[in-house]
Amino acid sequence: MSVSKPVCLSGCFAAILWVSPAAGAAPLQYLTGAGDKADPVVALTWGVIVISLLVIVVITALLVGAVWKKPRLVMAVGEKTAIGPAEGGHNWLWIGVGLSSTVLLFTVVWTVVVLAKAITPATKPLVTIEITGKQWWWQVKYDSSDPSRVFITANEIHIPAGQPVQFKLIGGDVIHSFWVPQLSGKTDTIPGQINETWLEAKNPGIYRGQCTEYCGVQHAHMGIVLIADTPADFRKWWDHQLQTPTIADALGASEFVAHCAGCHTVRGTIAAGSLGPDLSHLMTRTTIAASFPNDGPTLARWIANPQSLKPGSLMPAPEITAQQRDQILAYLETLK
Amino acid sequence: MAERVSFERKLPVGAIDTRASGWWAMIFTIFTEASLFAYLLFSYYYLAVQPHLPGTFPQGGAPDLSLALPNTIILLASSAAVAWAQFGIEHGSRWRLVAGLGLGAALGLVFLIIQYFEWAAKPFGLASSPYSSLYFTITGFHMAHVVVGFLILLALTYWSGRGYFNRVRYAHIHIGALYWHFVDAVWLAVFFTFYITPLLGLKT
Amino acid sequence: MTTVSDYERAPTVAREDPQLAQHLEKMWEGKKGLYGWLSTVDHKKIGIRYIITAFAFLVAGGVEALIFRLQISWSNVHLLTPEQYDQLFTVHGMTMIFLYAGPVLSGFSNYLWPLLLGARDMALPRLNALSYWIYLCAGIFLYSAFFLGFGPNDGWFNYVPYAARAYNAGPNIDMYALGMILLGISTTVGAINFIVTFLRLRCPGMSINRVPILIWGTLTASAANIFAIPAVSLAFFLLWMDRNLGTHFFDVTAGGSALLWQHLFWMFGHPWVYAIVLPAMGMVSDGLPVFCRRPLVGYTVVALATVATMVLGFGVWVHHMFATGLPGVSLSFFSAASIIIVVPSAVGVFAWLATISLGRPVFTTAFLFFASFIVLFTIGGVSGFMTGSVPVDWQLTDTYFVVAHLHYVLIGINVFPVVGATYFWFPKMTGKLMDERLGSWNFWTMFCGFNLGFFPMHISGLLGMPRRIYTYGEGMGWDWLNLITTLGSFLFAAGVLLFIWNVVKSYRYGVSAGANPWDAPSLEWATTSPPPPYNFTVIPNVASRHPLWEDRLEDPERKEKSFIGVGLALDQGKETLATTSLDAEPDLILKMPDDTLVPLLLALCLTVIAVGLALVNWWVVILGGLCTAISIAAWLWPEAKLGETAVPAVTERGNG
Repeated sequence: MSVSKPVCLSGCFAAILWVSPAAGAAPLQYLTGAGDKADPVVALTWGVIVISLLVIVVITALLVGAVWKKPRLVMAVGEKTAIGPAEGGHNWLWIGVGLSSTVLLFTVVWTVVVLAKAITPATKPLVTIEITGKQWWWQVKYDSSDPSRVFITANEIHIPAGQPVQFKLIGGDVIHSFWVPQLSGKTDTIPGQINETWLEAKNPGIYRGQCTEYCGVQHAHMGIVLIADTPADFRKWWDHQLQTPTIADALGASEFVAHCAGCHTVRGTIAAGSLGPDLSHLMTRTTIAASFPNDGPTLARWIANPQSLKPGSLMPAPEITAQQRDQILAYLETLK
Repeated sequence: MAERVSFERKLPVGAIDTRASGWWAMIFTIFTEASLFAYLLFSYYYLAVQPHLPGTFPQGGAPDLSLALPNTIILLASSAAVAWAQFGIEHGSRWRLVAGLGLGAALGLVFLIIQYFEWAAKPFGLASSPYSSLYFTITGFHMAHVVVGFLILLALTYWSGRGYFNRVRYAHIHIGALYWHFVDAVWLAVFFTFYITPLLGLKT
Repeated sequence: MTTVSDYERAPTVAREDPQLAQHLEKMWEGKKGLYGWLSTVDHKKIGIRYIITAFAFLVAGGVEALIFRLQISWSNVHLLTPEQYDQLFTVHGMTMIFLYAGPVLSGFSNYLWPLLLGARDMALPRLNALSYWIYLCAGIFLYSAFFLGFGPNDGWFNYVPYAARAYNAGPNIDMYALGMILLGISTTVGAINFIVTFLRLRCPGMSINRVPILIWGTLTASAANIFAIPAVSLAFFLLWMDRNLGTHFFDVTAGGSALLWQHLFWMFGHPWVYAIVLPAMGMVSDGLPVFCRRPLVGYTVVALATVATMVLGFGVWVHHMFATGLPGVSLSFFSAASIIIVVPSAVGVFAWLATISLGRPVFTTAFLFFASFIVLFTIGGVSGFMTGSVPVDWQLTDTYFVVAHLHYVLIGINVFPVVGATYFWFPKMTGKLMDERLGSWNFWTMFCGFNLGFFPMHISGLLGMPRRIYTYGEGMGWDWLNLITTLGSFLFAAGVLLFIWNVVKSYRYGVSAGANPWDAPSLEWATTSPPPPYNFTVIPNVASRHPLWEDRLEDPERKEKSFIGVGLALDQGKETLATTSLDAEPDLILKMPDDTLVPLLLALCLTVIAVGLALVNWWVVILGGLCTAISIAAWLWPEAKLGETAVPAVTERGNG
């Protein structure tokens, strides 16, 4: 079934109805979609928006019409007037409720059809990714039938474009919700159960997401970056992520291990902590701490004083001198 | 002086049987308390169908009936005693009222004591597992209702002894009895859930 | 052998006269001074107390919102810490939904019901007083936590595991849980009172198809509350146990379930949101026709639609959980039900539109609020319709779109009708009219401010702005929308202030209203403004839905006419009439209680229990429990004066 027509329509509507100066600059908007799972939902979303706006307009018009043409009746306090007949008006009920019920029934049918499409991908996904929601970052594990191809990263997810990708959503501590609006609706990560969902990006690109279930003080800073690659680039990226980083900076590495290994993992060193994100290929990621740009100054500030960026974050400020901090920073910058 | 006539017929005055406001208030109190137990038992059934390690739900296997079954009979008997008491006052017998209420209260107390021993004999505590949390909480809620009912029966016995009620004006008895029978009915639901459903296959 | 006839009398039928009125006044006026204030069981005093307390909480909740709105007016603002923000939005939600929206409607219903039904008080006046005092105690209990710095901080629906001790160590959640359980007792006993009053205290002739729609609204909400409130009280109690006694109901690490909380909470939560709007819709259904100079179109279907909405409302709770990983069959069912539930709402909308269209509108301030409510109801209704569709909800849920929806339904379907109802019934309650010119300013400021503030939230939601975030980065596309929302909120708040100013000013300087300033049809307008403590000198006898319009309303089906100034005097003590449930035939003479301090004392005893549990101090709990038992025994001690004992009251024999 072609998805280009709903996409075109939604694009037209987006152009027409865009009132906010934020047109085009709202990374989490979902009035346009970018894949097979999102597109039917976008069409339905626009459908119910249009129905809703029409209903508002019609009811308002009926109300204005009901009061407009009449000569205003002004009564004195306690004045008695004639009372209108008690009969009449039932046509309003029959027609109004009849029309409403028809539209509602139509929406139910359309909903069930789109729901079926949204639950099951057209083809079987070849890639499965396990996401564990934690306060306040995302652990990302790439699954494979070949154990040597399994690896763990954090916050930034790559998928191959043009095919459905399976996601297993695991609750790590409290309830979070995984959401990449351009590609799919939300699914919660709930401790005690594994939820499954899928999404698909038609074209390569960067898609942003965010946690959407209030999960504590830093719920606001639990972002997701999802990058869709061509299948070839995706495989290259996966192969690169599997590589064990070599230790180019022995001094920085030893400082890192001394102060950070309790919570973080870097493959190839003895750092194997799992309370915080795996940092093995930190420099391939565009963000740190699920929300902040991965550049030198921000990373330095994060290491020196995490609370200054993310107050309430579970990462304590490591007790290090400025020199040690620079050494660790230099080491981290080798983790490409 | 304004003209006054009498209404075409006589109307009863005061709290008389099911026309007393308090009786209706008790009916709806029972509806809300029944809902509370429905939600408690919902919690049991909801947790029962979650995955558990084998043998942990119910913890220690299906609970033993040797105290619970006789205790159920005792509670049913106490309801019968209270019903007999109410039947007594409806026929004008104050002594049957007092005796029946007192017997009902005594049997209720026996129920509580036996249940206390059953609690003490359990190999698990409140905080051992979801099952144990449910067991003590739900039977505990029921016990609390029995305690309240027992205090009500004590009060009713005292008031009956003082001659407050007769075959027409005994709304308090009617209302208190209603509550007591409700507590009994709830026990049947709780008993079925905890003691019978594991035998019917609801267990891990 | 004693029989019922020993406790009967043929009551006097009399015409209203000043002597009778004076005699009744002496019996019903209640005690004076502080003692009287604390011990009153008069539904009118209790109703006004409820309304004023609820408005105080409305203002508090509003101030909380204005503060945190400043924090998110633009990206990267650093006015509040995340912890402060989280407490503010949680306490805002808790205040508005539990301490304002339900109680204000209880207040109006409490005040109006006996007057609408032709009775002298509610069926259980002491229980009425109890429900208010517990509400006040619970409100103070909850706010004390907030003022002491440990207010609830997990959102008003308080999901686990974040609400569990492991993630939320302080007393914040314990205070929320215990305060809510206490509040639940208030709401439940209030609900019981309404239902019993409906079944027993309607005046002769007021069969169930003749009661005002407000009665249907509050009755439906009360019936729902009876069945729904135990779910949330239980949820909070189980959470308190998990947090303080180590139980494992919601403890996933030990085999408990996090979703059990959500089911229990929403099985209450969804019916609750209908309970806090249906009585308000009833007030519109009763008030709007007065300003259209004709009866409501479709009384029967509107009454049935009220009940249908509530019944269906019990079957849709899962729509708050669409993103939790439920099976497709379950999603489809709850989605369909959530969309179909719009049908009875449509009945109301078209009934109101038809009434205005076929009537002759009178543009009072009350009318403006009642008429504009139709548009706000529609906007809130369609945004709800949108979230009812599961695939769409998977995008909309937990974004500002839902925040827009819930404010349109709560402010549109509760606050606007309540303000309109105040303009409408203030004259009855106080004897003075509210200022219409100030009312016009009030209306337009509130209407424009509300829409300016909350309509943009639909858009920021569609642009992906999640709920409950204390800040956001630049470049998300939300800055301007949030700034407009904040400005609109302040304008709306100014409108609310104008309303309060109008209430205060009119109370002191308002023009005298008289008994029936609006020429309205129902029984409350047959009493003086304000009504005497006993409401009606003689019990009315009604023959239609609109007793005061009968002389001008052609109704071929009506066989008799209503009698208001002639009826049963019931002056042998504090008495009112109980009638049969369906047809309202006279059935029993009810003896009503005098003012008493016991309800206040019982409320305080229950609060002591809550404090004991908060401190996990079993001695305090036991103390509270003992006091509770003693208070209840004092309350229920059989009294001859109330007709509860074998001893007949002095004036019962023969005629009188």
